[in-house]
Parts: sequence; C-alpha cells; structure tokens
Amino acid sequence: MLQYFETEARTARQVQGTIENVSRRTVLGGVLATSSFVVALRVSTANAREALTPYPTGAAGMPHTVVADPNVFIAIAPDGAVTIVTHRAEMGTGIRTSLPMVIADEMEADWSRVRIVQAEGDEPKYGNQDTDGSRSMRHFIQPMRQCGAAMRHMLENAAAVTWGVEPALCRAKNHQVILLDGTKKPSGKSLSFGELAKAAMAQPVPPQDKLLYKTAAEFTLIGKGSTKIADLHDITTGKAVYGADIRLPGMKFAVMARPAVLGGKVKAHDAAKALKVPGVEAVHELEGVHKVPRGFGILGGIAVIANSTYAAMAGRDALDIEWENGPNASYESVAFDKEMTATAAQPGKVIRNQGDPDAAFTKAKQVFSADYHAQHIVPAAMEPLVAVARVADGKADIWAPVQSPYGARKDLAEALKIPIENVTVHVTLLGGGFGRKSKWDFMVEAALISQKLGGTPVLLQWTREDDLRHAFYHTVSVERIEVAIDDKDKVTGWRHRTVAPSIISTFKEDTGYSFPIEYGMGFVNTPFEIANVRCENGKAMAHTRIGWYRSVSTIPHVFAVQSAVCEVADQLGRDPKDFLLELIGSDRRLDPKALGFPDDFWNFGDPYEAFPIDTARLKNVIRIAADKAGWGKKIPARQGLGIAAHCAWSSYVATVVHVEVGNDGKISVPEVTTAIDCGLYVNPERIRSQMEGAAVMGMSNTVYSGITFKNGAVEQSNYTDFTVARMSNYPKKVTTHIVDAPPGTHSGGVGEPAVAPFSGALCNAIYAATKKRLRRLPTGDIVT
Amino acid sequence: MPSINVNGEKRDYSGDSAMPLLWFLRDELNLTGTKYGCGAGVCGACTVHVDGVAVRSCQTTAAEVTGKSVTTIEGLDGNGEHPVQKAWREVNVPQCGFCQAGQIMQAASLLAKNKAPTDDQIVEEMSGNICRCGCYQRIHDAVRLAAGGV
Ligand code: FES
Ligand code: FES
Repeated sequence: MLQYFETEARTARQVQGTIENVSRRTVLGGVLATSSFVVALRVSTANAREALTPYPTGAAGMPHTVVADPNVFIAIAPDGAVTIVTHRAEMGTGIRTSLPMVIADEMEADWSRVRIVQAEGDEPKYGNQDTDGSRSMRHFIQPMRQCGAAMRHMLENAAAVTWGVEPALCRAKNHQVILLDGTKKPSGKSLSFGELAKAAMAQPVPPQDKLLYKTAAEFTLIGKGSTKIADLHDITTGKAVYGADIRLPGMKFAVMARPAVLGGKVKAHDAAKALKVPGVEAVHELEGVHKVPRGFGILGGIAVIANSTYAAMAGRDALDIEWENGPNASYESVAFDKEMTATAAQPGKVIRNQGDPDAAFTKAKQVFSADYHAQHIVPAAMEPLVAVARVADGKADIWAPVQSPYGARKDLAEALKIPIENVTVHVTLLGGGFGRKSKWDFMVEAALISQKLGGTPVLLQWTREDDLRHAFYHTVSVERIEVAIDDKDKVTGWRHRTVAPSIISTFKEDTGYSFPIEYGMGFVNTPFEIANVRCENGKAMAHTRIGWYRSVSTIPHVFAVQSAVCEVADQLGRDPKDFLLELIGSDRRLDPKALGFPDDFWNFGDPYEAFPIDTARLKNVIRIAADKAGWGKKIPARQGLGIAAHCAWSSYVATVVHVEVGNDGKISVPEVTTAIDCGLYVNPERIRSQMEGAAVMGMSNTVYSGITFKNGAVEQSNYTDFTVARMSNYPKKVTTHIVDAPPGTHSGGVGEPAVAPFSGALCNAIYAATKKRLRRLPTGDIVT
Repeated sequence: MPSINVNGEKRDYSGDSAMPLLWFLRDELNLTGTKYGCGAGVCGACTVHVDGVAVRSCQTTAAEVTGKSVTTIEGLDGNGEHPVQKAWREVNVPQCGFCQAGQIMQAASLLAKNKAPTDDQIVEEMSGNICRCGCYQRIHDAVRLAAGGV
C-alpha cells in the first residue's frame, strides 16, 4: 500500500545484515502439487529447463521496485554453507522461509545447508521492503527465481572453467555440479558447491534473457508440502528474537503517556511523583506532530525512562498530566454510525457507473435494500509495539518488529536530523503485524528518547492499552446495497454505496471521500454480470488515525456484497450458492472500461493485463469449496452453511462456513472449508496455516472485535473488552483446498484474501440456521 | 536476600517486591522467551511454571515465588525436546510464534497433571491463551499428539 504515499527517491547505502537467525530446518518429501505459470520459449531437453518471459507486476510501482542480483541475496561459503538474505519481514506468513525456498530450489541448493539472514532496511540494495499488501510472493517470486537461476549458471560456469569443458556439460544438482559426458550422462565427476564457491561468486552474473529456469516438474521445494519454517525450533524453545528481546549494554526501559484524543496535547505536567518511583531515572516530554496530515507522525506525550519496564510503567502511573483535547474530542461512535447511515441513504459521489441504474430501479418489480455496519478494529498483534534505539555520536541504530524498515529509516533520519546513511534499521521477528507495524511512529519515539538521553540505548515498550488506544484504526463503515429485480426475477440493477472514513486522511487533507485503493477492494470491481451498476461513495470525515488492517476494505465491502447476494437469493427463493454463480455469470475476463470502472482503477497494484479478474477462476473456487463442504447436504436444525467468495490480491478465495447456533443463541463454528487459487504457489504448508489463521481472524472480526469511541477516546482497554476468538470458540476445523491454477497463472497474494469472505459466509450460515439476518459487525457471540 | 530458583539456578532477588515475575525474568535475568502480551492476565503470553504448574507471570509478583521453583520456556527441556515442543514442531503450529512459549508452557502444565485430556479439557485449559494469528486448530492437534508421548 505504501507505494501510494512514497514517491521520493532515497539515497543508496550498502549495509550488511547483522541480525542473523541461523535455524535448523528439515525437508521431507512431499506430494507433487505445482502448476507452471510461464511460457516456455526454448526448452533445453538436456537440462529440462526453460527460458521464461518476465511478466509485469505491481512491484514496478513500488519504491525501489525489485533487485534480482544473486550477489546481493546469495553467498556460498567454502564449506558449502549457503547464506540467503531475506529482505521481507517475517510476521507469521512464513515469507522468511518461502522466498529463500524459491532461491534454493532454483539454484539446486540443499535446503538443509541453507541459512537465512534478515536484511536491514535498505531498499536501494534489496528492492522494496514494505511487507504488506500480500505482495511478497506476488512481487518477488520472479526476482528470487532469477537470483537462484543466475547463481546456478555461475556455479556451472565455474565448473566448466575448472574442467575446461562447455558449460552445457556441467549440471548443478543437489548442492553439487556434475560433469556430463558426450552423451549427456553423468561422467562420475563432480564438484561440490563449496569447492566451487569462490570461483562461482567471481563469475559474471548472466543477464535474465540468457537464463534457463527449472521446469515445474523439477522443483524440489516450490509447491511441496513439507518445508518447515526456518524459525520453528527457535520459536518452540524461546530463542526466537522479537522486538523486545534485544538487549544492549546499559539499555534502559521506557513507556510513554500519550493523548487519548487524536490531536491532543500536554497542557501541563508534573513529573515529581513519577521521579520518586524506585527505578525511574528520567522523564521527558516529546512534542507530537500536529500538522495535518499527520502521516506516521508521533502523537507526543511524556516518556518515563527507568531501569525496568515495570518501573517505567509504575512511573507513568504516577505522572500528573493535564491534557488539552482539541476538536476530535467530539468523536462518538453511536452518533457517527447514525450520521453515516443517513449519508448512505443519499446519493453519493459516483465512482463507477455502467448502464442506466436509475432506469433499472424505476422499472424494477422488486427492490432489495439493506445497510451493513462495521465498527473500527485494531490489529492487536500479540506482540505489542516495541522498539530499541541507540542514537549516539550522530549515528542511530534501531531494532524493531517493523513491516517497512526503509520507510522507517527515512523518517527516522528526518526526525533525528541526521543523514539517512547514519541510520540503521535492524528488523527483528514480528510477533504479528497485520498492518500496524507498517507504521513506524513507535520507532521514532524510541529514537527521540535515546537522543534526549544523550545516546543511552532504550527499549520503548507500548502496553496493550497503548496498542488499542493509539492505533491506526481499521475504518468504521456503513455499506448500503440496493438491488433491482425485474418481473422475471432477474437482477437488472446494482447500487453499492460505501461510507467510511478513509486511510488517505492519514496522508492527505481529509475530503471525507475514499481513494482508489479502497475502491479497488471489492467495491468497484464486484464481478457480477449485471447490466446496470452504480458504485457511490458518501462523505465521512476521519476523527482518528485510519490505517490498514489485514484485508483492509475488503472486510466491509465483501461482507455487504456477499450478505446481500444471499439475502436476495432468499427473497427469490433461490439457493445462495447457485444464485452467486449466476450473478457472476459467464466465464470471462472482466473488461474494466466496458464495465465503467474508474480510470484510476486500482487492481491491488498489479497491471491489469497480467492480472485480470477471471470469473472462471472465481466460479471454480466457489464450486470446489461448496462441493468439499457438502453444500446441499441435510444438516440438523439450528445449523447452517453459508458461502462467500471474492477475487482479491490477485487470488481467488471461496469460503463455506458451517455454523451451529445453540438453543441459547450461542454461535459456534464446527467447520470451515476454504478453496484458494493463488496461481503458482510456493509453500502449501504455510498457505494452509494462513487459511486457518484467516478463519480465526474472520471469526474475531465478525463476532467479537470492535473499537468504539466516546468523547474522542477509545473505550476499550485490553483483551478484556476488545475481545478476539479464543480456543473456547474458534472455527474448529478449517480444511483448505489449494486449487491448481491454469498454466500461465502468476502468483497471487495469500496473507489477506481469505479473511474477508469469512464474515459474509458466517452471517449467511447464521441466517440459514436461524432465519436471523445479522448486518452489524461485530455481531456478538449470541444470536438473540 | 530472597531468592528464586529459575530453571534450576538460584537467582537472588533484590528489587521492588511488587514487581511482576514477568519483568524480573525479562529485564533482570534476560530470559526473554517469556512474553508480555497484555499485562492483565488475559492473554497467556507470559505463562511460566511455578512448581510445575502454569501461572501468568504478569500476575505473579517476584515476592510470591520466593523459595519456589520457576520454569520458563528456556528451561522446559535442556535440548528443546519436551514432548510438547516436539509435537509443536511436528504439527507446524506457529505462525508469528509470539504466543507460542506461553501456549507450550500451558500445554505442558496440562499434560503434567492429566496425561490423557479430553478435547473439552484441552479447550478449557488452553482458552486463556490468545493466539492472534489463529493457530488454535494446530495447538489443539499438537496437545493431543503430545498427550500420546507424555
Ligand atoms: S501478559 Fe500475562 S496474561 Fe497477558
Ligand atoms: S503464532 Fe502469532 S500470536 Fe500465536
């Protein structure tokens, strides 16, 4: 998402990664499950390898795009150890393992001899590092394959020089290069990667158009099901290093008191009592960034520095602060929802128009209309925000669980008033991110505190309460859907009005309207074959910081659209799954122009020609999910199945939720069936874990989690009142079906696409079980 | 000076008697495997064993465990080969991993007192531990798997 906000060129700098997490990993044999996505131009039968034509991705629009230099990402030691740098942040998706798998497979490295090194924030060196938007595999499978293939060629070329033969007679296989005889059979001679290391790395890097890639049939890691994540052993033994686990000599611990209302300021404060708390060593005021738009500017407040986190927290409790709240103190969630509902009832700004919707509604025999509401949500990753900073002698080192280390580095340099070359951002493991850790305000706070302390290293810990009360909030929304139906029960008109404070208000002057990224998330691109469609946006001003949370605007949009489809099906006496397939209509690639999509239509950042919306793929996942879930089977009373599907982040997902509603109204979910088509896929084991996690997060979003404001301040404080799914009530059994995409299909996103369909599918299932339609998220866990 | 036995070692304790064990472990002993997630006893990320039983270290003061035996994730098994840890790896439980030390300590405590827990007993025991990444299905599977091996 950040490509929208960051256009400045940044200074280059070469740094070497310093946090190394060397982990044990094992590879077991797996089921062959791959699909080829490439056009073979020329195939060398001797090597069963093929040339690939590069396709364009959204990476071209990201700051610093991609780097595909094997010398940046791969090093081979004389003992044969292969070091692979991973430049994307690990927050639970497994990307720290999956991207190196791509390189290792393509270069024929033995996975058990690969160690993974986490890159520092350095985009000129590594390419874009904003780990969000489900982009890592979408944008980097090509450059990583290119790095691996180039290094394989370099190994073979080095062997050719050693043996004095043609490179075509040298074939890399499983960590060695084998010499082939005149008949292309192994001659019995070989050189290990270790023996070739020095010479191979000194070889010139072959250009992409001279590279041959492994064919899908030759993959040993890509698409296989058994590669364990690199950090698995460390995680299960407490050795994995997250943000708060960094320890520096002389390091102090800090917490901050921040204004409860956005734009609030410290009017007066008295630190005397805080300074008397045992262990408290200093108190400093940090000036907030109050110019609007705020970006990721710090909120400001009072920092308490102590010799333990506990003492710092106790010191904060003892502070006397008088706050000045400012204009956002009037923000109140109940009133705001009423305001948005009224706005949604009126025509809004037209974002997409196709055909003549007004005429369709005038002529309609029946009109369906409903409003769908959703509250704010916070990402609330289990690891609260934290950063360690040492700012001394004109140099800054910051360690943090951060999704966007290079963006952070630039802002840190500005805030500290030192050149970017003197700022180093070290990326630790992230204890969950979900979008919040793309925003680096917490790192700037830590760095400013260390600077104020004259260079003392400091660990700034956000408490859980801080995390809930000073977030960048997933937006609050009202979605209105109106459907025109003619006398033959055919849908002739579709109107969708979205009303929600926009993320763009964080980066630009707030107009109250959304922006292309939000429109592109299941609002303007609803793939229905309906003749007359209008998508409108009603005005809603932001009174808190709005940010992106895993799955972003697809959550409210897809909830509304997929609920409405089921409601109309019911009104017409149709099966919801059949009706959904019928609305999607014929097999086709949507034509954005013909359908009246806006000129600045945002296709998850990807070029539309390479990543078109393909209704055949969408219908395919719907059919598979429905079949596997036993759609149509007889199920007991007060149980029901619900379905929802969408295309997002260039992947296709359908989810069937099986719900059981107790006689006391208690909602529980015994089973979820998800089908995903994400194109060429790398690590099916991690795709499954993402689908399972998406169902749990979907359950939280739908049933439990909501943030409300009163007098401009967040009402919730901790997991006590901002509730999330627990083992006492979560989707018990999630079955994932990874669908083989048609040959030639590019890799799509995995982290986000499966979250949004859950909400619609669950509410549709609840309706099937109880005839109660829930249109407000969160629903609570009791159907009344 | 009061002392606590942590992972088999005697550790002297001289600080504020109200300091939660969590911060003593993390900030004074640098045993960072035990995590802070909520500070309110409602997430389980900070779970350790006191005399073999799971407790929330954010809700237990260092003073309360004087003379007792504390086990953290680092001390559960010298080689990380406790049956629960092995089961966790076998089932590929973790996503981000942040909650997992607490989950593992909770599960190990359950299996120490009940070698063959029912599904309901697993749910009851593990419901205090939040996993925001949503690994519950695999956590449940791993506890079941470990039960066969404890
Ligand atoms: S940190 Fe102790 S229960 Fe959450
Ligand atoms: S694995 Fe991320 S919170 Fe549990």
